[in-house]
Amino acid sequence: MLDPMYGNDYGPTDVAAPESHKDRLPRRDEPLNAADAAALDGYFDELIDADQRIEPRDAMPEAYRQTLIRMMAQHAHSEIIGMQPEGNWISRAPSLRRKAILMAKVQDEAGHGLYLYSAAETLGVSRDELLDRLHTGRQKYSSIFNYPTLTWADVGAIGWLVDGAAIMNQVPLCRCSYGPYARAMIRVCKEESFHQRQGFEILWTLARGTDAQKEMAQDAANRWWWPALMMFGPPDSGELAQQGHTAQSMAWGIKRFSNDELRQKFVDMTVPQAERIGLTLPDPDLRWNDERGHYDFGAIDWDEFWRVLKGDGPCNAQRLEHRVSAHEEGAWVREAATAYARKQAERTRAGAA
Amino acid sequence: MSASAPESDAWPLWEVFVRAKRGLSHTHVGSLHAPDAALALHNARDLYTRRQEGVSIWVVPASAITASSPEERDAFFDPAADKVYRHPTFYEVPEDVEYL
Repeated sequence: MLDPMYGNDYGPTDVAAPESHKDRLPRRDEPLNAADAAALDGYFDELIDADQRIEPRDAMPEAYRQTLIRMMAQHAHSEIIGMQPEGNWISRAPSLRRKAILMAKVQDEAGHGLYLYSAAETLGVSRDELLDRLHTGRQKYSSIFNYPTLTWADVGAIGWLVDGAAIMNQVPLCRCSYGPYARAMIRVCKEESFHQRQGFEILWTLARGTDAQKEMAQDAANRWWWPALMMFGPPDSGELAQQGHTAQSMAWGIKRFSNDELRQKFVDMTVPQAERIGLTLPDPDLRWNDERGHYDFGAIDWDEFWRVLKGDGPCNAQRLEHRVSAHEEGAWVREAATAYARKQAERTRAGAA
Repeated sequence: MSASAPESDAWPLWEVFVRAKRGLSHTHVGSLHAPDAALALHNARDLYTRRQEGVSIWVVPASAITASSPEERDAFFDPAADKVYRHPTFYEVPEDVEYL
């Protein structure tokens, strides 16, 4: 159960495809998602073996389709839930400049969610259904967003650490075997770079400010470091690589690196950056290992990780309630837009008659 | 195509999009006239992919496309112009920091 949805894809695999998408090949005039695996055994494997991309009308194993729907949906959910911890600070940003930047960033997260939902729809699942799975807790989002943003420095830490970790996960997904997902990730990665840099800049600035500001930056690093490492998901290298979904996802070209490889890369990238900002990372075991050519780091508290994932994090209930109420309170806007479009269409028809 | 002459036998216009290879998006390559979708697809194959330029084709009735208008271009796109902070280069970070 260890696919790379921000490293942690643990949702249930039991969501079946709609009947309408089973056991048949797409007709030419059908939308793009109707192919089925039954007719074309071997075809899919050949494409994967040749490291070719799978496109929406290709026949594909049902398990591949369902794995991707789950991954992409959970990734999309993470993007839109991720708007909340940062949105919390828009009204209290310390300057107009910071406020404009933060609004642009939160807007980007919404955009990333939309790219991903639309890519998921190419697999024959509707957006309403995906949102419903999120709202009823049948699909997860990244655990990192169940932590609160207590200070302005947390906005910096999210950009620098959380988006930094997300980039580490997402860059390999640009080469994912499913074409629409890979293309969505290319767009997302281009935009993430701004997110990471603005976060770094916030902490860099605070670390050069007053003692209270320095302390605030350090406190944010202390709280976000371990959850950021958990974003890559539980250990899945060595013997563990044969458990869960890692081996299958690797074979399918969905996952390119193990959770542990990506986590190590992230640590190696981030430690020198922390030193440059002047922050201490909260791990007494963190040190360069000349022999390995990597930083060693201490044990991650996986109990905390599973606890938060299962719903017992500081903000799980709040995040989901907020999402559901935003959706419900926005219903009248969607209804009004639909009614307006209908009225316009009727007028056009009346005018043409 | 003469959209204002529904009685005429003139074939409608179809816009053609070709996917050059797996992994790439369909890209607009041009248009053609055809009486229906099936023939539009065949004609597109013959017209635009004679040299294996593609692995997949979409044809879309030109009348089904809604385009932004050139007169409104400024009002439509200008709001993005003063938001330079959406680009990573807007942020000043020390030069010796890697992977930012």
